[in-house]
Amino acid sequence: MWRGRLILILLLESCFSLAAWLEPRHTERLNHGEPTGSVLGSLLGDGRKMVADYFNTEADVYFHSGYYPSMFEQARKEEESEGAVMHPEEDHGGHEEKGYLGEPLDWIDRFSRHFRPNRHTHLPGEKIREILPWLKLSAELDPHNVQTYMVTDYWLRNRLGKSDEALDFVRDGLKNNPHSPDLLFALGQIFLEDHKDYFRAKNVLLAAKFWWHKRDDSKPAKSQTGEDTKDFLLLERILGSLVKDEEASGNLTQALQYLQELKLNATNPAGVQKSIDNLQAKINAAGKTNQPTTH
Amino acid sequence: MNKILAVSGVVIREIYRRKDFYVLFILTVLITGLMWFMNFFHDEQIIRFIKEICLVLIWISGLVIAITTAARQIPAERESRTIFPLLAKPIARWQVIVGKFLGCWLATGIALLIFYIFFALVSASREHTISAGYLEAFWLHWQMLGIVIAMTLLGSITFTAPSSNMTIIFIVTLGILVMGGFLHLIAERMSEPSASLLTAIYFTIPHLELFNMSELIIHDWPSAPWIDVLLVTLYGFSYTAFFLLAACLVFRRKALN
Repeated sequence: MWRGRLILILLLESCFSLAAWLEPRHTERLNHGEPTGSVLGSLLGDGRKMVADYFNTEADVYFHSGYYPSMFEQARKEEESEGAVMHPEEDHGGHEEKGYLGEPLDWIDRFSRHFRPNRHTHLPGEKIREILPWLKLSAELDPHNVQTYMVTDYWLRNRLGKSDEALDFVRDGLKNNPHSPDLLFALGQIFLEDHKDYFRAKNVLLAAKFWWHKRDDSKPAKSQTGEDTKDFLLLERILGSLVKDEEASGNLTQALQYLQELKLNATNPAGVQKSIDNLQAKINAAGKTNQPTTH
Repeated sequence: MNKILAVSGVVIREIYRRKDFYVLFILTVLITGLMWFMNFFHDEQIIRFIKEICLVLIWISGLVIAITTAARQIPAERESRTIFPLLAKPIARWQVIVGKFLGCWLATGIALLIFYIFFALVSASREHTISAGYLEAFWLHWQMLGIVIAMTLLGSITFTAPSSNMTIIFIVTLGILVMGGFLHLIAERMSEPSASLLTAIYFTIPHLELFNMSELIIHDWPSAPWIDVLLVTLYGFSYTAFFLLAACLVFRRKALN
């Protein structure tokens, strides 16, 4: 009787010890040595990137209010053009578009369209908030997908005016991707445009510029597939923000230097040249005003 | 008619004595509640995500309740041998089948109504409005479950074990819900004779996806016109009648011992 109980207790103890020994190793194996605070991430293990992609797609589905092609309808998607975008706040007089759905193939197909979204719309105004849960969950599952943070930051700041929430989210992104020039740029934008904290903005934007060069200098300017090339657009945006920051701080000469750097790879060099001329004129005018008057 | 109602009354009482509905309802409430309290960027107006989760749970629960209850009816009667005293009474076999169907369908309807009331409350807690579309969604969902129950009853007479019947009906129902509406698109890219065969299947199967208005109510689209709802209801009735008739015909010739 007592022997049986003792064996039971010993077995329980060995199970507990084994579990305590295995658990951290198992978690480490699942996360490839990276710690994660997400329960969902731990549960899904290696499949989490796939689920994160699915959540990103769900965000897009919500952005289009459910009007989204299934995998079977993807082939028809080419027929759809961005020109067919409608806005729910506008009246369409019952006009129905074909979009990716195309012409109905039969009566079932025609009839089924009465029971599912059949117009291409984008979420208006603050309703964009509805996509946020999917983006947040996606970032939790795949914290190294910088684009998720960038997209969320864009909607939080530009459509919902939630600068503080965007700041926290971008900081989370930076914890997981410490040297991402995209996220550093996003952080710099928040300091520059929302907080008007020019000093911190400058530091962060300079870091973004530094890490951009570190990441992209070795990449080709063009490639056959168009992938893995230098992200000149990001560099342009970083330098543009630095120009704004220096102008706001009154360092016009420094701003001029950034503009000249910007001109080298700008998508619109003529426009940048115009800005250089304007800034040069400003500097000249300021120089004349500051000259001591002689009698 | 009284005999059918008497059988269905027994079925309803039996279903509500079992714990399936309560467990599924509590699970739905708990999971939806958990989603409701989740914090996404301090925004307390987010609702579509919660509506979607809640509706998915309602659809799963509805299917589980409908299939498990319908699949057990005839096999349980045969196993406990209560089918013999039942048929010894002045009641026809087809009346037993119709009574069983009606009982399952009404009981599932009552359960579904409670689920949809909960859904409407969750939705109203943030949107401060209840759409007429919810009533349509409930109605069509119930009609869809009618087809599934009739199909399951037919399966419970045809297949030997309730477990195999339940598994087959679950797979068929989910298959139709997920892929049924796209079979013609797949057939377009296939060669003959597979294309014709798939097209024939496409036109033969009950298109359960027609009864799913979830996308419309999640994304606040205007509800479907009532005439369309009426047409889909008729479509559902005809498939339900077909499966019930088939069940009655099979059961009429079925040896019970």
